[in-house]
Amino acid sequence: MRWILQVMLCLLPALGAAKEAVPAADDPALEQRLMYLAKELRCLVCQNESLADSHADLAADLRNQIRDQMRAGQSDEQIKSWLTQRYGDFVLYRTPVKSTTVVLWVGPFALLAAGLAGLFLYLRRRRERLARPELTPEEHSRARALLQDADPDAAGR
Amino acid sequence: MKSLRFILPLLAFVVLLIFLWVGLSLNPREVPSPLVGKPAPTFRLARLDDPAKTLAEKDLRGQVWLLNVWASWCVACMEEHPVLVELSKQGVVPVYGLNYKDQPGAAQQWLARNGNPYTLSMTDLDGKVGMDYGVYGVPETFVIDKGGVIRYKQIGPVTPKALSEHILPLVKRLQAS
Repeated sequence: MRWILQVMLCLLPALGAAKEAVPAADDPALEQRLMYLAKELRCLVCQNESLADSHADLAADLRNQIRDQMRAGQSDEQIKSWLTQRYGDFVLYRTPVKSTTVVLWVGPFALLAAGLAGLFLYLRRRRERLARPELTPEEHSRARALLQDADPDAAGR
Repeated sequence: MKSLRFILPLLAFVVLLIFLWVGLSLNPREVPSPLVGKPAPTFRLARLDDPAKTLAEKDLRGQVWLLNVWASWCVACMEEHPVLVELSKQGVVPVYGLNYKDQPGAAQQWLARNGNPYTLSMTDLDGKVGMDYGVYGVPETFVIDKGGVIRYKQIGPVTPKALSEHILPLVKRLQAS
């Protein structure tokens, strides 16, 4: 009786190993394509994780769905549009350029250009101001004449 | 001109403040659904009470109805459940349940225990129909008009406030049209 138990005990690890050996993917190329695409997609449940990284139930379902669609010969673009039809552009980490997102895409560059233009104008004005003396000798004498002319007291101030 | 130098940064700061104020008060979990204004995705699903019978979205044409996505495993569904039960008692608008990725037995027990606000519930075992409706956070509720067009989506529990301020006025308007 004991030897049966011993044999069974010896076989136990084999059972465990058999379970582990279940292949994660039967098509490595497709799995790689899936992971590559899923990295660009946002999981809606844990919004700061990609579909590739997320452990959420929905992410697993969507990965399966994408896998099925890839097997059915759908292109990455077709799969992305399938997803955006349901979940909106929010699923895409790369926001598409369209009328509602133009400000997002162009805004930072416009701000940068405005900042640079402001800096350029300021520096040019500053250089002009520094380059020329406070007053030319003619202006100096004219100013003195004016001040004395208008109000004798003011000239002394 | 001199005062402009002080007013401009202040103005810029105020603009920034307004953007932050609005941005921070938005709920990032409420992703606007691209399905609002589009025809409700088609489905034909087994009924929860009688799996031999099915229900399709086509069967519900000609009336305004609510589609409530729920599950017995969903904690937040408990929160909105009394609101839905109360709504069903009023009989203003039929509520159809989409039992999302649930076990039918557990779902039926849940309804027996907590009350059943649904005209009918359908079983979406693998969540495929949920996917078509862009469901990502149960519970979710859709308002669908007589022509089968989605008019509103509530993400998260239906609160008495959301019901009285958004859903019911919209339902009345859609029923009148």
